[in-house]
Amino acid sequence: MPSSLWSNPKVRFGLVVVAFFTLLAVLGPWLTASVLGLDPRANDISAIASPPSAEHWLGTTQFGQDVLAQLVAGARGSMFVGVLAALIGTALAIVFGVTAGYFGGTVDNVLNFVTNLFMVMPVLPLIFIVSGYLRGTGLWMIAVIIGVFGWAGGARTLRAQTLSVRNRDFVLGMRMLGESHPRLIAVEVLPHLVGWIASMFLGALIGGILAEAGLAFLGISDSGAISWGSMIQAAQSQSAVLRGLWWWFVPPGLCIALIGTAAAMINFGVDELANPKLRAGTRRVVRRTRRVERAVAAAEGGAA
Amino acid sequence: MSTAPVLSAVDVTKHFVVRGAVGDSAVVRAVENASVDLHAGRIVAVVGESGSGKTTLARMLARFYDPTAGEIRLDGVSVSGRPTRAYHQDVQLIFQDPFGSLNPVHRVRHNLDRALRIHDRRMSAAERRRRAVELLERVSLTPGEDFLDKFPHELSGGQRQRVVIARALAVGPKVLLGDEPISMLDVSIRLEMLNLLDRLRREDGLALLYITHDIASARYVCDDVIVMYAGEMVEGGPKDEVIARPAHPYTKLLVESSPDPDRVGTVSRDELFDDAEALGEPPSLIEPPEGCRFHPRCPFAMERCRSEAPPRTDVGGGHWARCWLHQEGRAHEIGESTFAAALTRRDEQVRA
Repeated sequence: MPSSLWSNPKVRFGLVVVAFFTLLAVLGPWLTASVLGLDPRANDISAIASPPSAEHWLGTTQFGQDVLAQLVAGARGSMFVGVLAALIGTALAIVFGVTAGYFGGTVDNVLNFVTNLFMVMPVLPLIFIVSGYLRGTGLWMIAVIIGVFGWAGGARTLRAQTLSVRNRDFVLGMRMLGESHPRLIAVEVLPHLVGWIASMFLGALIGGILAEAGLAFLGISDSGAISWGSMIQAAQSQSAVLRGLWWWFVPPGLCIALIGTAAAMINFGVDELANPKLRAGTRRVVRRTRRVERAVAAAEGGAA
Repeated sequence: MSTAPVLSAVDVTKHFVVRGAVGDSAVVRAVENASVDLHAGRIVAVVGESGSGKTTLARMLARFYDPTAGEIRLDGVSVSGRPTRAYHQDVQLIFQDPFGSLNPVHRVRHNLDRALRIHDRRMSAAERRRRAVELLERVSLTPGEDFLDKFPHELSGGQRQRVVIARALAVGPKVLLGDEPISMLDVSIRLEMLNLLDRLRREDGLALLYITHDIASARYVCDDVIVMYAGEMVEGGPKDEVIARPAHPYTKLLVESSPDPDRVGTVSRDELFDDAEALGEPPSLIEPPEGCRFHPRCPFAMERCRSEAPPRTDVGGGHWARCWLHQEGRAHEIGESTFAAALTRRDEQVRA
């Protein structure tokens, strides 16, 4: 399975992009500081809102801050929020969904009620209110809020999948041997949900990054923290679009779009592996088919 | 038969409530007043067509369902309310589908190892491995070492079913319940599986319940046969008695429907059942027929069969049946002609 995952070009593209941004988030700030000698917060009064140049590769902001250094620091902020929110959301989805699906009955009714409650809650306004109360608590709190409000859909999917797995004969068989419920869930049921959980995690990761960017754009963010969202928000507040300072807001926007595309590509690839009907023809197959078509056409032409 | 049964079901009944979309509900009477005794070293076969309640009976005996009425007794003690975990150390169920009863993500070793570990927590890893190999060889997977690290998809249906049996044996049960254990296997390996069950019964003294719709395989392996129809037990007794001299019209239909090399040439099957529709369908278990549940399909049906359920009649030698023919002194009619002939005669009478 892993080798066939890698041989799928969509998955390979997605994995490379995600790995690149992960590395950028982990090592980037250190690299920009030590190699390029840039500080994302330093204000260079001599270069205010200047376009890309040899000195500032991606130009500077209205405040004379280097955009490249900000972009790299923002990658750390955005990825941190995305990963933490996805971890929290996925964990909650597993706890609620799998438990409800496995045990059924009253447990299912209660947990499913909570899930539905979180599903119909107007999440965005709620996030506004909650983060309004917790103003200035940093990226940590933003990630927790996004995770806590974003698990319901995943829990539903996992509940449905668990329902179908738990009644399979092999679960009954192991239960008959005397396996305990926690072990049955962890060892017999969960391995069948790994694909779902992995794609849910990727979805939650990109969802978390987008939500953070959205919240930052609307002004709900830690003003001291740097993320792609807060960069776009700063650009917006200084009317960068009207003033043509494209180098300020295009790079963070592109990064968000790129990582979103990457996550989607990985999910498509996983879908294709699970369902061969979705698989596109490889270039080799297309070429071979064309050659056959040409040969047939030539033969017909020759006959006529 | 003088020994006490290891496991018995006493007048067990199972009703399932099914709820419709608009809030109405119906009761499916899956099993009614079924009794069965399993003795050490004996195989009891439960025979019947799809929907006759065989599997429900097996699942009640395995305590996946609680009976609506009646009780299950292990070594003479009622098990209701007692923990299922201890119960399953004595009673194990073999599922019908060998492709579904092994988790595709785990190796054979995992299945046996867990079973042994749960059964005896003090057993060392080396000891468990030795026992696992022994168990695999017990079910004729030799050399056992080679099978330990295989995944289910690397095994054939017959091999999987052997692993399932080995897993069940790992906890050292007294009773094995086989829910159509061979129906999903290739015909060529069914006989080997039956021989394996027979060996377990003879050498280990296991009590076996063998559920099947195939009366020929029941005849091959079992000691006693019980015939179920529409959730009720209609006839039972030693296999030769029941199969050679059916005392219930339904058993007669079952026996005549199964291919029998001895009968080839004497009566053509096409002739016997040229009009399959005339044989009818098993009834709905939501609204079963009044009286004897078989009466709509029975060529011998009388007025009484339509209103009153027949009592159990002993016909000698441990052989019993629930049919009014025995009470009315018409029992000899069952053996006089084939089921199809009786059916044709009835239809002619109706027309005349």
